[in-house]
Formats: sequence, C-alpha cells, structure tokens
Amino acid sequence: MKTKILIGFLFFLLLEGAALVSFGQEVEKKETGTEKFDASSFILEHIADSYEWHILTKKNGENVALYLPVILYSKDKGINVFSSKKLAHGQEYKGYKLEEEGDLKGKIVSVSESGVVDEKNLPLDLSMTKAVIGMLSAAIIGLLLFLSLARSYKKTGISHPKGIQSFLEPIILFVRDDIAIPNIGIHNYAKYMPYLLSAFFFILINNLMGLIPFPPPFGANVTGNIAVTFVLATCTFVITQFSGNKTYWKHIFAAPGVPFWLLPIMIPVEIIGIFSKPFALMIRLFANITAGHIIVLSLICLIFIFDSLAVAPVSIFFVIFMDCLELLVAFLQAYIFTLLSALFISMAVPEEHH
Amino acid sequence: MLLLSNSLVSPGFGTIFWSVLIFISFLLILSKFAWKPILSAVKARDEMIKSSLESAERAREDMLKLQSDNEAILRKAREERENILKDARDIRDKLISEAKGKASEEAEKLIEKARLGIETEKRKALSEIHEQVATLSVDIASKLLGQQLKQTGEQEKLIDNYLKEIDFNKN
Repeated sequence: MKTKILIGFLFFLLLEGAALVSFGQEVEKKETGTEKFDASSFILEHIADSYEWHILTKKNGENVALYLPVILYSKDKGINVFSSKKLAHGQEYKGYKLEEEGDLKGKIVSVSESGVVDEKNLPLDLSMTKAVIGMLSAAIIGLLLFLSLARSYKKTGISHPKGIQSFLEPIILFVRDDIAIPNIGIHNYAKYMPYLLSAFFFILINNLMGLIPFPPPFGANVTGNIAVTFVLATCTFVITQFSGNKTYWKHIFAAPGVPFWLLPIMIPVEIIGIFSKPFALMIRLFANITAGHIIVLSLICLIFIFDSLAVAPVSIFFVIFMDCLELLVAFLQAYIFTLLSALFISMAVPEEHH
Repeated sequence: MLLLSNSLVSPGFGTIFWSVLIFISFLLILSKFAWKPILSAVKARDEMIKSSLESAERAREDMLKLQSDNEAILRKAREERENILKDARDIRDKLISEAKGKASEEAEKLIEKARLGIETEKRKALSEIHEQVATLSVDIASKLLGQQLKQTGEQEKLIDNYLKEIDFNKN
C-alpha cells in the first residue's frame, strides 16, 4: 500500500516536472525575444480553449503540438474540415485565418482573396478544440469504466462488490442516499438518478483529468470552460422545468399567502429565480475550476517572474499543496453541482405531505 | 476587464454544440447500459439483505419461542412425573395400610374363633367332667356307704349343689 502511494506520488512529480519543463521551454522562447514575461497572458492562454494541444516547444522555437480538427461552416464555402496545423502561425487556409489581434483574437475568421478580414460573416465554428477533445476523452473513460462496472454487476449478481465495484459503488450509493433521496424524496428520486449520476461522474472525471497536467488528453480545462458548464447547467434547468408540477408553477405565478397587489413584483422575481439558479450552477463550477488552474499556473509562473531556480522548490511545494486542495475541490464541485441540481429538481417536484 | 477581453467567459458555439452532443450521449448510453443494471443490482442486493435480516430475526424469535415452549413442556413433564410419583406413593401407602388392617382383622377373627373353640371345648369338657364327677362321686359314695343310692332327684340335686360349691376355675 505504502509503495503504491509512493509510486503514485513519484509519477505525479514526474508529470508535474514534465509540465514544468514544457512551460519553461515555452517561456524561454518568449524570453529570448525582447518582451518581458507576461504572466497573465501566459496563464490565460493555458486556461483558454485552443485549436491545438500544445505539448512542448523545442529549443529552436519549433512547437510540438497535437493539431486538432477544425470544422467550419459558412454559407458561401460550405463545410470545411481540416487540421489546425494549416492555420498555425497565422497562415491562411481555404480563405480562413486564426485572428491574432483585436476583438476577434483567437477566433477563426473568413478572409477575402485580397486579404481583408470579413468581420461581419464569421463562419460557424464547430471545431473539436482542446476542451472538446478533453471532454470526449473523459466521456470515453467514463463510458468504459461504467459499462465494465455494469458488466461486472451482471457477473457478480447480488453478491458483495468486488474489485472496481468496491471503489465505485460507495460513490454511486453516496449520490443515491445522500444527494438524491434526501432532496428529491424516496418516491420520485429514481427517475432523476441517471442524470444525477451522469452529471456527477462527468464533472468528476473532467475535474480529475484537468488536474493531471501533462500528457494529452489530460490537462484540458474542461469543467473550467464556460460553454461546458453552461450546457450542464442548462440540462439541470431543462429537467427542472419539465418535471415541474402544478404546485411548482402555482408557487411561481400565484405564490400562496402573497397579497394580490404584490404579485406584479413577485412574479418577475420568481421568473428571475428560475434562471438565476442554473446560472449560479454554471458560474460556480466554471469559476472554481478555473480559479484552481489559475492558482497552480501562477505558482509555476513565480519561477519565471523571479527568473530564479531558487524559487522552484517553494513553487513546487505550493503547487503540490494546491493540487491536493484541487483534488478535494474536484470532488467537492462535482458533489455541489449534483446536490444543487437535486435541490432544484426537488423544488419542482415537491413531495405531497399535507 | 482582462477576463472579459478573453474568450474565457464567452461560451463558444462549437464547444456548446460538442458539449451537448458528448454529454447527452454520455447520459443516454450510461442510463440505458450502466445506471439501470447497476442501480437495480444494488437495489436487489439491498432488498436481499433486508429480507435476510428480517428472516434471521424471525428465525431467532421462532427459536426463542421454541425454547420457551420446550421449557414449558419440560416443566410440565416434571410436574407430571412428580404427580405420578406422589400418586404411586399414596397408592402404596394405602395398599400397605389396607393390607395391614385386613391382616390384623383376620388375625383378630382367627383368635376369636380359636377362643370360641376353646370355650366350647372347655364347656364340653366341663360338662363331661360334671357327669364323670357325678357318676364317680355316686360310685364312690355308694361304695363308701355300701349301698346303692337310688337314683332320685334329691340325690342328684344334692350332687349338683356340691359341685357348684367346687370352683373349677380356681385350679
């Protein structure tokens, strides 16, 4: 057991070190230029989504990266699918270009033959970016994990849990017994279990994979991507509204016990409440995960800001500390998202107990 | 401002599109092929554990009841034995006392009979002795007197009177 932990820890250090080297090389490249090291843009670049998955920068300034597929649709050019390598270093390809300046920085824009950027007609961008690939990998890992778990349940039947079951079953039971049943109630909870479990493990796997810094598909900031949290929160929103029963709508449009003349104020407040709940879900997950990544990256940046190797041990110590904290946050945020989803659903399906 | 200028907080359409696709398929596939069998297996196990616990509890209660039944039966049997023994003892005592009573009665009777026999025999003997003595004394007297006394009533009366004076019981 101890040796296993030690090996895990060493592996973790190795990954951390590898990531550090890759950061370092990238920074070095920038340092050779006259510009000063810009920590904030460095951090934001690592957190933001991108069309390529940067692995490391060689001494000669060459990038080693995973170039992800770009999928574009525009009315005049139709559907275009090509590797993002074609757009690297500001190259133009098939009349598209990755904008590097201005308001549209980081977006793919259409370019006319004369080289003028068409800012009005942005192509519909369905590219599989870093976040998408990270999310897809997490989903595949989750599918493999839980489909094999389901298979092992078919095999063991009702005997005691074995192997991977004994690790995952307590988490599944936790979601059922401590999130779903206490909030939604014993009569209605079963219907929402698949969503709650899926959301919990989807967020958890993505959070954990985001913590592992180095080899792709790890290290993508998926749950710290607002589009992803937007979709998750929207799912909770849709499920909540569609399972809302008469009592729920009555509480919104004619809250019992509220004087008639107050209703013109109360109804808008309630309607805002419908939307603010999932909005809070979206922001909470996004902000927590992004903040964690920013702190870890900032601590690493300290080495380059001070431009001294002596800072590295301190930096690494704090990064490891933060990673442990982030490990907790990964579970905590998955738990909170699921718990609040269950809570919002329970408000829509109040149990009848009069 | 720094954050807002970045694409960090403005959700990209492509990412939303892929998120919906990936998450919904994740949800649907797992709902059908993972959560359903897993949750039903867990539920089945829970129910089995619950029912086994209940049946164990029931069995325990049954056993306790059986045990107390056994004890009651045992107690009853012991009482029965006690009663039977007591009855037997009573019967024995009664039989003995009855036998004793009968025996003594019988003995009494025998003794009575014997006494009666003795009495009659004695009477018989005495009357015989009377006669004998009378004849003897008449003989003796006639011999002594040398004459034969007439066998009259007066003589006999006289003899009887003499005899009565002699108390046979004295010797």
